[in-house]
Amino acid sequence: MVRIDKHPVLEFKRGKKIRFTFDGKELEGYEGESIAAALHAAGIKVLTHSHELKRPRGFYCAIGNCGQCIMEVNGVSNVRTCIEPLKEGMAVKTQEGKGGIL
Amino acid sequence: MKQVEILVVGGGPAGLCAAINAAQAGAKVLILERDEKLGGQLIKQTHMFFGSEKQHASVRGIDIARILLDRIHELENIEILVNATVLAIYDDGVVNGEIDGKYVKIKPQKIIVSTGASEKTLAFPNNDLPGIYGAGAVQTLMNVYGVKPGNSVLMLGAGNIGLIVSYQLMQAGVKVKAILDAAPKIGGYLVHASKVRRMGVPIYTGYTVKEAHGNDSLERVTIVELDENWNQVDGTEMDFDVDVLCISVGLSPLGELLWQAGCEMKYVGQLGGFVPVRTEMLETTVEGIFIAGDVCGVEEATSAMVEGYLAGLAAAESLGYEMENLEERRKDYLNQLESLRSGHMGDSIRLGLDKVTVRSEVVKT
Repeated sequence: MVRIDKHPVLEFKRGKKIRFTFDGKELEGYEGESIAAALHAAGIKVLTHSHELKRPRGFYCAIGNCGQCIMEVNGVSNVRTCIEPLKEGMAVKTQEGKGGIL
Repeated sequence: MKQVEILVVGGGPAGLCAAINAAQAGAKVLILERDEKLGGQLIKQTHMFFGSEKQHASVRGIDIARILLDRIHELENIEILVNATVLAIYDDGVVNGEIDGKYVKIKPQKIIVSTGASEKTLAFPNNDLPGIYGAGAVQTLMNVYGVKPGNSVLMLGAGNIGLIVSYQLMQAGVKVKAILDAAPKIGGYLVHASKVRRMGVPIYTGYTVKEAHGNDSLERVTIVELDENWNQVDGTEMDFDVDVLCISVGLSPLGELLWQAGCEMKYVGQLGGFVPVRTEMLETTVEGIFIAGDVCGVEEATSAMVEGYLAGLAAAESLGYEMENLEERRKDYLNQLESLRSGHMGDSIRLGLDKVTVRSEVVKT
């Protein structure tokens, strides 16, 4: 199991179970957890690709600093998925290139 | 434009304590935090803290966060905005931020920058593979969201963070195969090292990562011994089949906003990188910009909290708020910091701080 159910110190109060999509594929996660955490729990580690060599990348810092987790969320590009809370029905996509500017 | 007396940038241990003291003095405080939760790294710490009672020794980090947040919520003159990233501090003192996807301008009278620090990485082939995470990221995943980072972990770094996170991984039911550190000796406290050793985790000192392997994510790590000149010794390689490599090789202060604001910065290796020149009361060379926590130099959460209290007092005082026993409280905080930095574990911190602290004669401890 990827989700921790029993912990000697911590108790995880998860939000309600919700559905979202990753590149069109339907997945489940918990409301309020970070998008990156929900993806990781679903076994998805590759979140971005390097611009030049297209090397697969995942998050490194999980505090919104390293920029290795940026994805397209509900049509908005460059969203830092490690600090963006998951919401019902979100459409999360792997971002092509550098994304658009709002 | 939003007007505020004191803006606190970053709601970790330092920022929360700064806000508490400034608000208690009467100032109107706004805290901006880019995460969705306040508490910074405290909300990921399941271990009990050292220090003295004043810094909540023997209380777990997660519970310290609760104590601080309760005090924050009691104070009516503190406004909190989360999912709020400060983007710029301009010459005219205007601060620009992105709050819930909107661009916002703020005009604070004083600013306390408590942005913390970011994890360093290490250069080796394939160090960008998914599955290679900073130790703080692993903590966030498993202790905040309850998601295991993987099945088996190799920990790079035997400092306190590396040792503590290894223990936390085992608490979460994840196998830790080994801990390695390039230094010839374990950097963290012996009590933490003994704890993981008792649980059967070997610690290899004088070893580093030679190469990571994997296609779309990490599958295997090769480590290698280093000689006394830090050169790799051929033939000493060892392979570990792991899906997580956790990197804990130190942090570097997040001083970007201070650079931009024109604060004088100095490179101080002992403090983790570029840090601002400051007075003992934690004011930078730009009047009205104060600092607290890891952005001043990477230390422990305990000292970050005390620095926060100190900066909160100083910022409120500079606005003209009068406080009871001000001098006494100040001396107490300075004494607490001195005691946290005493002993040989604090040697390099003290050395580093001497290079960037402009001592005033006003306060004597």
